[in-house]
Amino acid sequence: MASIELKNVIKRYGAGKGSNQVIHGVNAQIADGEFVVIVGPSGCGKSTLLRMVAGLEEISSGEICIGGRVVNRLEPSERDIAMVFQNYALYPHMTVFENMAYGLKIAKVPTAEIKARVDKAAKILELGAFLERTPRALSGGQRQRVAMGRAIVRQPQVFLFDEPLSNLDAKLRAQTRLEIQKLHRELGITSLFVTHDQVEAMTLAQRMIVMNGGVMEQFGTPEEVYTRPASTFVASFIGSPPMNLLKNAPDAAPGTITGVRPEHLDITPTGWALQVEAVEMLGAERLVYGRWAHSPTDELVIVRTEESHAVPALGSTLHVTPRAHRIHHFDAATGKRMEAP
Amino acid sequence: MVERRPWLDFLSHAILVIGVLVVAFPVYITFVASTHTTQEVVQSPMPLLPGSHFVENYATALSGDRQGSGSHASVGRMMVVSLVTALVISIGKIAISLLSAFAIVYFRFPFRMAFFWAIFITLMLPVEVRIGPTYQVVADLGLLNSYAGLTIPLIASATATFLFRQFFLTVPDELVEAARVDGAGPMRFFKDILVPLSSTSMAALFVIQFIYGWNQYLWPLLVTTEENMYPVVIGIKQMISGGDAQTEWNIVMATAMLAMLPPALVVMLMQKWFVKGLVDTEK
Amino acid sequence: MAAEKRVVFKSSWLPWVLIAPQVVVIAVFFFWPAAQALLQSTQQSDAFGTSVEWVGLENFRNLWNDESYLASFKTTAIFSVLVATLGLTLSLLLAVFADRVVRGSGVYRTFLIWPYAVAPAVAGVLWLFMFAPSIGIVSYGIRQLGLSWDPLLNSTNAMSLIVMAAVWKQISYNFLFFLAGLQSIPKSLIEAAAMDGARPWRRFWTIQFPLLSPTTFFLLVINIVYAFFDTFAIVDAATKGGPGKDTAILVYKVYFDGFKAMDLGGSAAQSVVLMVIVVALTVVQFRFVEKKVNY
Repeated sequence: MASIELKNVIKRYGAGKGSNQVIHGVNAQIADGEFVVIVGPSGCGKSTLLRMVAGLEEISSGEICIGGRVVNRLEPSERDIAMVFQNYALYPHMTVFENMAYGLKIAKVPTAEIKARVDKAAKILELGAFLERTPRALSGGQRQRVAMGRAIVRQPQVFLFDEPLSNLDAKLRAQTRLEIQKLHRELGITSLFVTHDQVEAMTLAQRMIVMNGGVMEQFGTPEEVYTRPASTFVASFIGSPPMNLLKNAPDAAPGTITGVRPEHLDITPTGWALQVEAVEMLGAERLVYGRWAHSPTDELVIVRTEESHAVPALGSTLHVTPRAHRIHHFDAATGKRMEAP
Repeated sequence: MVERRPWLDFLSHAILVIGVLVVAFPVYITFVASTHTTQEVVQSPMPLLPGSHFVENYATALSGDRQGSGSHASVGRMMVVSLVTALVISIGKIAISLLSAFAIVYFRFPFRMAFFWAIFITLMLPVEVRIGPTYQVVADLGLLNSYAGLTIPLIASATATFLFRQFFLTVPDELVEAARVDGAGPMRFFKDILVPLSSTSMAALFVIQFIYGWNQYLWPLLVTTEENMYPVVIGIKQMISGGDAQTEWNIVMATAMLAMLPPALVVMLMQKWFVKGLVDTEK
Repeated sequence: MAAEKRVVFKSSWLPWVLIAPQVVVIAVFFFWPAAQALLQSTQQSDAFGTSVEWVGLENFRNLWNDESYLASFKTTAIFSVLVATLGLTLSLLLAVFADRVVRGSGVYRTFLIWPYAVAPAVAGVLWLFMFAPSIGIVSYGIRQLGLSWDPLLNSTNAMSLIVMAAVWKQISYNFLFFLAGLQSIPKSLIEAAAMDGARPWRRFWTIQFPLLSPTTFFLLVINIVYAFFDTFAIVDAATKGGPGKDTAILVYKVYFDGFKAMDLGGSAAQSVVLMVIVVALTVVQFRFVEKKVNY
């Protein structure tokens, strides 16, 4: 059983008056074999959280359990985890084989067994030809695979990924994403994956933890996070282009923010009136930027239209209607989701 | 170069060649002198081309079998003393500095910074500044005329610790974390990862410290009184103490050539690391 | 570069063990003697060394009033200025040309760095040999030119002798640093200046030299410290501080007074003065270089 439990996990730097709390009580239960992504902007604490699970950061308060065991006091190597680092963290002077074998060597695994495991991982990751090379002689993508190979051979209960794709170019990133998904399907090991990229989160996660400022704003499936965001932060963070969060929508109750995604605003003969300010042509789709016609404010409304539609002229008036069941309401003061009455 | 100025290029080469010649001149003279007889050498002017007594002179120097004034120690023996001294100093210094730098960079313990500053201060005061009392300590410990007395006080300065510290600070944190996840404890990390990564710095330091140890003069002058513990640089000086007329200059020059040989070899062979280490040390 | 590591190991006893050898060595062979030097500088022992009395700063006062000490100070000052300026100028010249040369800078470097390997003592002996009044080959050449040369009797000659020997040895070290400094100046700056119409001479003075200033300053301090201390062997081998005491630089005097004249208190006081000078120079260098490097 390799479930992960986070019970009111808090992280504080410093002590007493000068202390700085950066993680404010995270609670989550991750099932055995689940692939969970922790996503959020820079500085939100996602890496810190991951490192607390790994044992590389101290847990100030709360408990972390792996496979039912409380691991707060255990060293990383005692927690039965493996980690893939953002900058790969390969030992520069060792060959690929030695890099992958290092942890096993320390654990005194017999040589024959080490070779068997390394060969198997190399086969899965197509690294067979590189086993005798040093990291210097490898490309970024190859190094990343070696880092993953090092994690695989340990046959841990949990995989931890710390923004592993951030240093790869776009094409390689997409490719490696697919490989990670494939790996998870084959090996089925519980995984925690940290990223700041919401596309990676949406495509890889079975469930995701959206973090902001040390607080877990929502923990749900990609579908849930997309269709029922728990706060304005989640609503604007997930989805590209971001959801429109409007204070001045017509018929809006005071003290609320109306949320509607650009792709859920249909162009209709009548409805909300917008004055077109700019149009971005993105190939298959277009983004139209407009301001309220009824009372010009700072608010910019983004509408996504299809190729088939005529391009609206700048300065002209456009009418849009939000689709039913696609409007969200948030409390303006707290940012939290308000359920429809 | 930016534009073509052939006369400036020519001038550059000319100046550089002159520089090389001027720098090499003393050594050339030394070599020539080491291949003649004493009489040929002390006449003025001495010949400018090598003579025929190469083997003879060097054999005499190495065995110490001489007639002239000054010390009669065998250069062979003195080279051994110099070699052992230089090796002990360089290897000893590197070893204890690796350990100290590791402790200071990778651990937190009370007085850590105090130790760091204490070690740092030793950078500032070369042995020449504290010769009196240091001599006293060595004498009190009964270490005169011993390899220990020749070497240990010179291991006391912290250049190596500083260099290693600077280097360790550039090793990515992630390597330590990966090692921790892999289950490596501190000494394992030190042995398997940190030391191999430090090999360039160690090589550079070896060259610098070997030369430092080989060329030591003031300190050995004080702590050795027996000829068989003289390093070769002291031996040379003792050979010329009889005054111009009686000194066997040709043998002295042969000794000088021998004395210059090992450090020059070390520098030439390890030139790449040496230059890198020297320039990086001070940054 | 971080001044601290974020990631550390936890152990209560291991760091102590690791640091112990170095701490023991520097405690016994550095701090204890340094403290002794401080102590002895405030004491005076009688001729037989059997009794010691506390004399406060009297030893220092004596130094201040001692003609030969002040003369030694002056000698050392002259010596270090000469060694530093000559050494830096010549090395800079060679480095500038070595930097210019597209091919072969490596070869020149090889031939110019090995004097670093030569022991100061050996350098002193070599120079003594070449410049010895009667048998030296260069002395011969000088006399052929109609000039007189006798370092045994003429102080200026003696000073020139040790200056030349000291500079010869330091050229490699300075050269290496100047070359590295020049090579680290982005070529694009030089090219931009050339496009602006600046000729090599002007480019050197307006771009390369100013950008070399941290290196130059650093080497200046190093050379002064070198001239103060590492040249002991050269002096001992080539002139023995003579004629008389005219080339007795400060460190030589410390040695002589402490070990030949057996004036422990005075020698210790001199050591303390030297310590203060070195510490001051090092502090100045660190402060200045740290600041300058951050632009």
